[in-house]
Amino acid sequence: MTIHRRGFLCTLALAANSSAQAPAKRWAMVIDPQKCLKDKGCTKCIEACHKTHNVPALAEARHQVKWIWKEPFGHAFPSEQGEHVREELKHQPVLVFCNHCDEPPCVRVCPTQATWKRADGIVMMDWHRCIGCRYCIAGCPYGSRSFNWVDPRPHIRQINTDFPTRAKGVVEKCTFCEERLAQGQPPACVEACPEKALVFGDLRDPQSEARKLLRARFSIRRKPELGTKPEIYYLV
Amino acid sequence: MRDRPIIFGGLMVFLGLATFPIWYNVAAGKTSRGPDIKLPAQEKECVAATDYMRSSHMDLLVEWREQVVRQHVRRFTAFNGRNYNISLTGTCLKQCHTSKADFCDRCHDYAGAGTPYCWDCHNEPRPAATVAHRLPQ
Repeated sequence: MTIHRRGFLCTLALAANSSAQAPAKRWAMVIDPQKCLKDKGCTKCIEACHKTHNVPALAEARHQVKWIWKEPFGHAFPSEQGEHVREELKHQPVLVFCNHCDEPPCVRVCPTQATWKRADGIVMMDWHRCIGCRYCIAGCPYGSRSFNWVDPRPHIRQINTDFPTRAKGVVEKCTFCEERLAQGQPPACVEACPEKALVFGDLRDPQSEARKLLRARFSIRRKPELGTKPEIYYLV
Repeated sequence: MRDRPIIFGGLMVFLGLATFPIWYNVAAGKTSRGPDIKLPAQEKECVAATDYMRSSHMDLLVEWREQVVRQHVRRFTAFNGRNYNISLTGTCLKQCHTSKADFCDRCHDYAGAGTPYCWDCHNEPRPAATVAHRLPQ
């Protein structure tokens, strides 16, 4: 039996392909603003997130730490804010948080690799390694990152001992509840939403709820013109 | 050399004062006593050998930190084959060393190692702490 070069290379390629691992998940969030706005005063997702992750409640605006919050439509979607946009839309609050971008600028500028993109798309933070340079805050076009200007502990109403607090001088942001995902639980905000306005799912799974929604309805993302490829989708 | 008694007398006084803490502790019987730590009642073995934990627990904690945060490894197999969830608060403190003050702090105080900055962020479990990663009420 003779071995030809082409056959040998094909065999090698097949072997390499079969041993390669299946691609990881790609976590993303789909938000239905109409459902979210059914109760305009509802802040259950924000409360659940901030309680779970020991986010301090600071009165002074310039010191505030936010993982998930509501932003006026014009701030969240400045490129959609045309002159003749519907009047009520201008003042509607939009739920915003870290977009877990495919091309995260915060990751590119971090000098210590305290923030990085995981294989499953989560833009993760290692608070141990953060030196508080705030380059990531300058780099993020969505304002999704907060700096701890003061010691946050005295400003946490009730500390959840299962999750660490942060120290003064450290940047923090939403991590898509990676600690809950590791235990097979959905993010805290998704679990807390009474209207099920937040749908969390794997974009690499065509049968996931998130992919079904994105197939069925038109969606927009925040500042797509910047090329950061945000992975939070807003259904229109 | 008429100053000899003064010189040697002075040296003796100096040596006596310089080594006073040693004599004082010998007299009080403190030198051979280690830190008065409270060991867990229900567990007899730690996640690694006692000697290793005594000298290198900080290395293990750093290794755990890297595994959980950066490599998504959350289970640790101990030298005796037991499996543990990698967590300073959830495993070390909740399962065994239920009082940080009676274990960590006493040894650190004895060794003069101070309070490490782990506790700037990591928490001591409350007696009736919330169940891991459930939404706190």
